[in-house]
Amino acid sequence: MREEHLEEMHSTTYSEDYWHGLKLAVPVILGYLPIAISFGVLAVQTGLSFFHALLMSMTVYAGASQFMALNMLAIGTVGLEIILATFILNVRHFVMSISLFSNLQHIPKRWQAILAQGITDESFALASLKQKELGTHPSAAIYLGIFSGAFGMWVIGTGIGALIGNVVPDALSDSMGIALYALFIGLLVPAIRAYRKIGLIAAGSAGLCWIFSLYLSEGWAIVLATVFGSLIGVWMLEEDKE
Amino acid sequence: MTLTLIIIAMALVTYLPRVLPVFIMDHLQFPGWVNKWLKAIPYAALGALIVPGIFTVEPGAPVVGVIGGLVAAVIAYFRGHIMIVIIAAIAAAFIIQRF
Repeated sequence: MREEHLEEMHSTTYSEDYWHGLKLAVPVILGYLPIAISFGVLAVQTGLSFFHALLMSMTVYAGASQFMALNMLAIGTVGLEIILATFILNVRHFVMSISLFSNLQHIPKRWQAILAQGITDESFALASLKQKELGTHPSAAIYLGIFSGAFGMWVIGTGIGALIGNVVPDALSDSMGIALYALFIGLLVPAIRAYRKIGLIAAGSAGLCWIFSLYLSEGWAIVLATVFGSLIGVWMLEEDKE
Repeated sequence: MTLTLIIIAMALVTYLPRVLPVFIMDHLQFPGWVNKWLKAIPYAALGALIVPGIFTVEPGAPVVGVIGGLVAAVIAYFRGHIMIVIIAAIAAAFIIQRF
């Protein structure tokens, strides 16, 4: 009887799992829309074509470094520096990827390799925050739902922004750079509200990042602050807690 | 270097750190403290991404980012929808720049 019951619990189909993942991702999907539009608007105003704006969102798919690339292109930086800065800024995904896939070893490698492209700060934060809800052996389909939903909205929003970019007044587009940070705050604050010690981890690494940024480039400061700031969690978090 | 090539190179160096762990951590088993470390990473990353970057949202006017961020934090604290959080922050930054 008990085994039958367990079987039943795991009998969700892949398409049910996919929709479940998509539903879980709604906060990030909706949160991405204004940010992606902001990116599209700023990209066109920086001088990128519709094609290049869309290509960047589809292939690079990393909000912070895309905004940074626009900044660098705007001040006339050459290609290699942009590529190096992008790499340094996104090395943090290496650590997130280790964290994510340490729980997903039951998923075939080729699916993991596809899912890996979906790792962003926001989708990763969401996927880790929902870990309890996803169970011990979540299917690849549920993550595909989370990641493809966020990715799809990122690309669609970029397209919308790039289309309207030339008619958005400067005064408004100047204010759109805050969108990315508002999303970060919108993900972090509810987590702190639920478990206050998370606030110490975030504040600690924010402080470290500020100190590092006085001596290092922005990308390196973020990488080092993330690695060392998260060590605070070793003392702060309890074993059974998320 | 054309912009297309720059973007493709950016895509490669972004995908590499994302996908590498898939192939290198086959038989890795982490002790408890490492698991706690990994669990703390998303929060640490969010903290590091917000500060000091938010001060440079509007170059030369850190107050724009700070007030926009505070508006976002207050709305998020009172369980405002994430889209409201973002649009309110953009609106706040827009209004401050008018003064």
